[in-house]
Amino acid sequence: MKVKQISIFLENKSGRLADVTRTLGREDINIRALSIADTTDFGILRLIVNRPEEANRALKEEGFMVSETEVIAVDVPDRPGGLAHVLEVLGEAGINIEYLYAFIGKTSDEALVIFRVENCDGAMHALQAKNIKVLDGNEVYAL
Amino acid sequence: MIWEKEMETAGRDELRTAQLLRLKQVVHTVYESVPYYKEQFDSHGIHPDALTSLDDLAKFPFTTKDALRDNYPFGLFAKPMKDIIRLHASSGTTGKPIVVGYTENDLQTWSGLIARIATMAGVTREDVAQICFSYGLFTGGFGLHYGLEKVGATVVPASVGNTEKQIMLIKDFNVTVLVCTPSYALYMAEVAGDMGVDPRTLPLKTGLFGAEPWTENMRVQIEERLNLVATDNYGLSEIMGPGVAGECRERAGLHINEDHFLVEVIDPNTGEVLPDGSEGELVFTTLTKEGFPVIRYRTKDISVINRERCACGRTTARMRKVSGRTDDMLIIRGVNVFPSQIESVLMEVAEVAPHYLIVVDKKKGYLDDLEVHVELNREKFTGSFRDLEDVEKKISRKLANVLTVSARVKLVEPKSLERTMGKAKRVIDRRNDA
Repeated sequence: MKVKQISIFLENKSGRLADVTRTLGREDINIRALSIADTTDFGILRLIVNRPEEANRALKEEGFMVSETEVIAVDVPDRPGGLAHVLEVLGEAGINIEYLYAFIGKTSDEALVIFRVENCDGAMHALQAKNIKVLDGNEVYAL
Repeated sequence: MIWEKEMETAGRDELRTAQLLRLKQVVHTVYESVPYYKEQFDSHGIHPDALTSLDDLAKFPFTTKDALRDNYPFGLFAKPMKDIIRLHASSGTTGKPIVVGYTENDLQTWSGLIARIATMAGVTREDVAQICFSYGLFTGGFGLHYGLEKVGATVVPASVGNTEKQIMLIKDFNVTVLVCTPSYALYMAEVAGDMGVDPRTLPLKTGLFGAEPWTENMRVQIEERLNLVATDNYGLSEIMGPGVAGECRERAGLHINEDHFLVEVIDPNTGEVLPDGSEGELVFTTLTKEGFPVIRYRTKDISVINRERCACGRTTARMRKVSGRTDDMLIIRGVNVFPSQIESVLMEVAEVAPHYLIVVDKKKGYLDDLEVHVELNREKFTGSFRDLEDVEKKISRKLANVLTVSARVKLVEPKSLERTMGKAKRVIDRRNDA
């Protein structure tokens, strides 16, 4: 059920982000979602791609420092209060959220949000118990 | 094994007697053959005849690097050029280099001294030794070369460059002894990894590392990565080149070849000679050099001398591993900072690799700003932002404790800092840039 996310360490210097995207483009890998967290000195680029293993390998070969983390992809109703409901469910279950970001494309009238939480399994159980849809990795890669 | 047992294990009195005899001769020789020394001794009102004990040496003037530069190229040679059969020169990154000359006897002495330090590091004629120092004006390549041949080891004069080929040679020639700078040893381990060769599986057993100061923590890193025993050796071209001192397998200080080099430790500010056991600047006087004898040369290297007998059986004085040079010392907001202090902190942090650069700049035009760039260790990258911030904070806190001044830590990508084959460049000081 979990989705593989790739995290890449980037120094804040010009051209590094372009180097990452060029590498992925060359390997014909499509970026599904992305987020960047940064300080003045460095950033971490997080990606969901259609072929995570290949992306990981290609980036490592290019010398990037890469790590793979598991995240969950949640269907959030695309209406006011939709995200609030999901967060409430997680809060009640005592799940801490490290970060989250929204998907670029979306499925019908749902928005897709990527959550990085400390306890993936706990989060999935809590969400599914409330009939909130958690997408399988393969579903996400194929979007 | 001890290469020259009689000299290296001589009693203190016996050694001092031999040193005094040689010292008397060398002060006379330079007074008579080198106009610079005659002028210096005369202006200090001291005559070679006034030297009747080793302690009298303290009355003689120091020789500094400037004096060597001012007398470029051959002004301080004590022999005519027809007797000089080899020249070497310091790298001389700024201005003219310092040129030194060797007679035939000097070269014999030199290779013998290298044979001593190689033997104390554990090298025997069974070994295959790869020398990854440049063969040229730099004393490292040729210096180690002839001494290792004298020991009877099989010498591979690989010189510098083409690191992948160096690693191939180590594997294919079954090289057991690696001779290079400590920073290059680490670089080799990294390149081997890139080639898909586990550096721990290389046949290397012993490392003879020198030509730049390095810390005990760096030794641990090198030994772990290359699976060898790393020994330090010390020398400077102004005195001889490598072979002035080296570590035995006890690795409890570097044995100084005292029958050839008289060592003093002085207070770098006052020039006063300090007792054994005190930290200060090393000062050397050559006792047997013919071509280029030097009186009381100020090395700017900081160390401590210990004259107790070593567990290895040698009685020669031992100098503590040089941790810094007075001219490497940075003054940051009035506080003395040695790059080696920063290195020892970084080597203790598993999340970073042993590659760093110290950048000093002026902030707002007046405030010294110390920044340490350090490469992350690929293996420890979790992808978590907080983990990286924690690493940064941990290093900053440790640096502040050790240095007593704050330093900014900049985490950089693996392999993004420049690698050198020779002496590592670890400090960029931009404070005097306009």
